[in-house]
Formats: sequence, C-alpha cells, structure tokens
Amino acid sequence: MVRWKEIPKEKLRWMYETMVKIREFETIVEQNFLRAEIPGFVHSYVGEEAIAAGIMANLRKDDYITSTHRGHGHLIAKGADLKKMMAEIYGKKTGYCKGKGGSMHIASIPLGVLGANGEVAGGIPIAVGAGLAIKFRGTDQVVVSFFGDGATNRGAFHEGLNFAAVYKLPIVFVVEFNEYASTAPAREMIPVKNVAIRAASYGFPGITIDGNNVLEVYEAGKMAIEWARCGSGPFLIEAKTYRLKGHFIGDPELYRDKREVQEFWKREPIKRYEKFLLEKGILTIEDIKNIKENIRRIVEEAVEFARNSEFPQPEEALEDLFVNDSGYDY
Amino acid sequence: MRTITFAQAICEGILEEMIKDETIITYGEDIAKQGGIFGAYKCLIENEKLKKRVFDTPISEEVIYGSALGAAIAGLKPIVEFHFADFLFTGITAITNQIMKFRYMTGGQVSLPIVLRGPDGVARSAAAQHSQSIETIFMHVPGIKVVIPSTPYDAKGLIKASIRDPDPVIFFEHKSLYKIKGPVPEDEYIIPLGKADIKREGEDITVIATARMVHEALKAAEILEKDGISVEVIDLRTLVPWDKTTVLNSVKKTGGAIVVHETWRRAGWGAEIAATINEELFGQLEIPVKRIGAKNVPHPFSPPLEHFIIPKAEDIVKEIRDLV
Repeated sequence: MVRWKEIPKEKLRWMYETMVKIREFETIVEQNFLRAEIPGFVHSYVGEEAIAAGIMANLRKDDYITSTHRGHGHLIAKGADLKKMMAEIYGKKTGYCKGKGGSMHIASIPLGVLGANGEVAGGIPIAVGAGLAIKFRGTDQVVVSFFGDGATNRGAFHEGLNFAAVYKLPIVFVVEFNEYASTAPAREMIPVKNVAIRAASYGFPGITIDGNNVLEVYEAGKMAIEWARCGSGPFLIEAKTYRLKGHFIGDPELYRDKREVQEFWKREPIKRYEKFLLEKGILTIEDIKNIKENIRRIVEEAVEFARNSEFPQPEEALEDLFVNDSGYDY
Repeated sequence: MRTITFAQAICEGILEEMIKDETIITYGEDIAKQGGIFGAYKCLIENEKLKKRVFDTPISEEVIYGSALGAAIAGLKPIVEFHFADFLFTGITAITNQIMKFRYMTGGQVSLPIVLRGPDGVARSAAAQHSQSIETIFMHVPGIKVVIPSTPYDAKGLIKASIRDPDPVIFFEHKSLYKIKGPVPEDEYIIPLGKADIKREGEDITVIATARMVHEALKAAEILEKDGISVEVIDLRTLVPWDKTTVLNSVKKTGGAIVVHETWRRAGWGAEIAATINEELFGQLEIPVKRIGAKNVPHPFSPPLEHFIIPKAEDIVKEIRDLV
C-alpha cells in the first residue's frame, strides 16, 4: 500500500496536471498527424503517463534523463516548453532542435534532457556517460534512463547495466514495460516474467511495480533516486504498463486483438488517479474541469505556435554539424 | 632534435593536454594496467596525478563509445581508446548513430569534444579481425573528423589538435608505425586538422597517401628517382576535412596522381579523392588518376597471402612505371 499521505499535496496535483498535459498533447499530436500536418513518424505515450510523471516528480532540474522514440511524455514531465516541442514535431525553425530532430530526437540540454532517441536502448550508453561525468565532478546529480521492454534484449542494455554497476554510477534505469516492442509481444520475446531480475545479474536492485499507478511509481522513484543520489549506485525500476496506441500513429495493429486493447483502457492511469484524488478530497470535480480546460488551452496555443512558425530555410540543412567546420566539404 | 617513437609521441600529446585540462578523462580496454597494447598510454600510467583519469573498462564497446557522448554533453572531454579498429564494428552504432548525429540532430545545442583513438592496419599476420583499416566508413558517414597520421611529429601535433577540437574526432594509429622513431621537438606545437603535408616534392606525378602508405610511397619515390621519375608525396594526415587545395595544386603541377591506401581499393576513400581530381582538373591531366589499395578480400593469416593482398612500395613503383 502506497503511503500517499507522505506525498506533498502540490506534488499530487503536479503529477495529475503533468499526466493530463501529456495525454492532451499526445491526443492533439495524433489528430494533427492524421490530418497530415505533421511529417515523419510519431509514437504516442498515451497510457504510460504515470511513469514519466511519477519519476520526474522526484527529479531536480539539474538531473539528467535519456528518453526514447516514445519520448514526448518524458520531455513534458521534465519541464519542456510545449510550444518548442510542438514546433519541433512540426519541423519548424522555432523547435527545440530547429527542425533538425523531429519527434524522435527532441533534446534540451539546459533541461537535462539528453535526447529522445531513434534507436532502441540508444540512450543507455549516453546515460552511462552522464553518470561518469557526475562521478568525476563529484556532484549529487542523478541520471534516469527510460526505455521499453524491447530495449532489455539489446546488448547496450546489458553492457550499460554492467558498466553502471562496475563504477557504481548514479543511474536509475526505468523500463516502461508496455507489452510490445513495435509489433512483437513481450510474452514471446522475453523469456522471464519480470525483467527487473536482470538487474540482479549485475548486482544491484531491480523492482517491478504497477506503472499505471502514479503513486506507486512516485514511491518507487523516490526510493531509487535517493539510492542513486546518495552514492549507492544504479537501481532498476520495471514499471508495468500498456501501450494503448499502436507502435506509431497510423499503425494497422494487425498483431493484437482490439479486445485486448479495450480491456487495458479500463486500467489506464489518468482515470484511476482521478478517482483517487476525488475520493480523498485532494481535488474536486471543479478543479479537474479547470485543470483540463487550462491544459487544453496551453496545448492549443502550442499547436498555433507551431503552425504559425516558419520552416527553416533549406540551406540551414548545412548548419550545426560541427562547431568548427573550416575546410569541410558539404 | 631528440627522436621519439610514434607511440611516445601520442602519449606525450595526451599527457600534456591532460595536465593542462582536468576535464579530460581517458578510458578503454587494457590501457591503465599496462599502458595499452602498443604502449600508447605508458607515460600516462606513470603519472601519479592522472591515476583517476586513466582507467580500464569492461569489454563493452557500445557503452565505451556511447558513454563518451554522455560524458561530453555533461561537460567532460573524453578520449576513448577503441582497442583495435576492427572492434569499432562491435560498438559502431554508438558512434555513427549517436556521437556523429547528436549535435546536428539537436540543432547544434552542444559541442562534443570527443576523441576516439586506437590502432588500425596490418601488422604481421594478425588475420582478418585484427588487421583492418576502416577509416573510409567515417569519411563516408557525416559527423566526425578523421585523422590518420604517419610520423611521430605529426602524431603528436595532431593528437593535441584533436583533443582541443570542439567536435568529435576519430584518430587512427597504424600498428606498424608505433615503434618508428622520428624527430619531435620538446617545445609545444599543434598541427591543425585539415592540412595535408608534402612529404617529398616532385615534378612528374603526385602520390596521395596516409599512415603506413606514406612510407611506402616515399620508398617508391626513392626507387623511381633512379629511373629519372620525380614523385611528389602528399600525406593527407586528415581525411575529414581533407585538404583539397594542396592536392589540386600539386596535381596541377605534376599532371597526374595516384591515391594509395592500405584499406580496400573498392570504394575506399581514394575513390573520393580520385573523383574530385577528375571533376576539378579534367583536361589538365596527362594520365588517368589511379588508385592503389588492398585486394577486396578479408586479411588472410598466412604471411605470403597477407603480403599478396596489401599494397606496398613495389606496387606503387610498378603502377608509376606503367603510367609515366
């Protein structure tokens, strides 16, 4: 049972607002992608909001995260500006990466977001490097590396966990176990029920939690992040969740039964948390209505900003490769 | 002037920079306990002050390379030893998909002062997985500077420039060069990236080479001098960026060029140089631009087989005699 009374009220509220913000953002991105306003691919975080919110509620601004191709939620929870995010997703010059990255590569170094990543497990070695830098500088920062269940089958995951353990780096690995690696069900590709036990092979703790219960995520995140911050080394959290949308928006989803998805909609994290907040009298129906309206407005403003922003000039494709490009043949 | 080995020159360059800049760390496999397989870290491990900043890692190439990116973003200057160029393949995604794209993908948010360095090339029957030269790959995929020196003097000046460079650099040290000695001044100097060096002046034909092949080209030039053929030898030293001006000026003068590299001939970087010379100097060439490289097979173990597939001075001599 989660000791929710120990969580400050403003954190309880912040987590709710963050989850709603992610849901609204993803919902509008999906709509506008299907209306062909957004180029490329987008991967929706719908259904997994409790993980980003519950973990990030325990992080400081100077802590680092590495994210994934399904990264919008992590960025929003780390405090990203929705306008700059949306503009990046639209390929506009005003985006976080001046339109060079897009949905799969949004990064903000000042926010400690060391990049979403187009490669499964691609963020793990980067997180290890940030952990090394923290250790060398002797600060008490922490790195959280987010990735999905599919990533736990990659070499980078195993190399990264071992490396982090050998040097006792302050890294919390968060597995968003959402049951599908693209079209491949975890039950067919992962021979263990809980990947948290993989941490044991590297000599550090791993726990499995309900990733759709934001309070449980918060509590686990708090423990793991304190563990890493005080120098105990890495920690792994396996947060069980479910990818309510396809691998990407537009995915025909031929690999799973619609009824299975409907079943999981009943367990989605926002409704669940709302029920709790109302029952305990932390928020009223009126509060919830106001929060949602307010967030919808902010997200719509972000869309307007993105739509009204300029595309980069074509020649800007030749900028930002190197700091010093003297003599370089473009 | 004193003479030191290529390995010592590399080590001195790193040591001088590490003493000056405490944000530099260096790590990789087999470097801290015995100073690297080829001794390129000997002087570092003898220095007490650097103890914490020179360390061994598990055999985990993807994380060794990829962590350099995370460390650089977070404010350090990592110098990573890749152990053998062949093993770049085991962790290459962290370089080609992460390090080489990160600054660009993020719209130039960070500078990435990363150096990846280590041995490459043929060294007496090391066979197919310890003999490769794969610099072409890093010249082909955009996002990293490529350095490939041939002498102790160049190695020291270029490793220092690479460490100070704000962008990622991959630095190849040919195994057969580690023990060669050459003059290296005690006073500090830097050789800027992107500047070729004319190692021998000549009038009749230009040979463009790097690393071990520079020495083979110089040997060939000596032999051909006796035939009355004057060969200019250009050491590119850096492949990204490469010094087009020096190459084109030389070929304008001589009217012909051969590009020589130890890596495979097919689609090796020599093709890029040869094509550029053709594009820029068509009409001024007296003979076709030629390429010499390894035969397109993996490196065989048995000495006569290995000897047969790799380019050497006699191949350059033969090619030039046929041309001029």
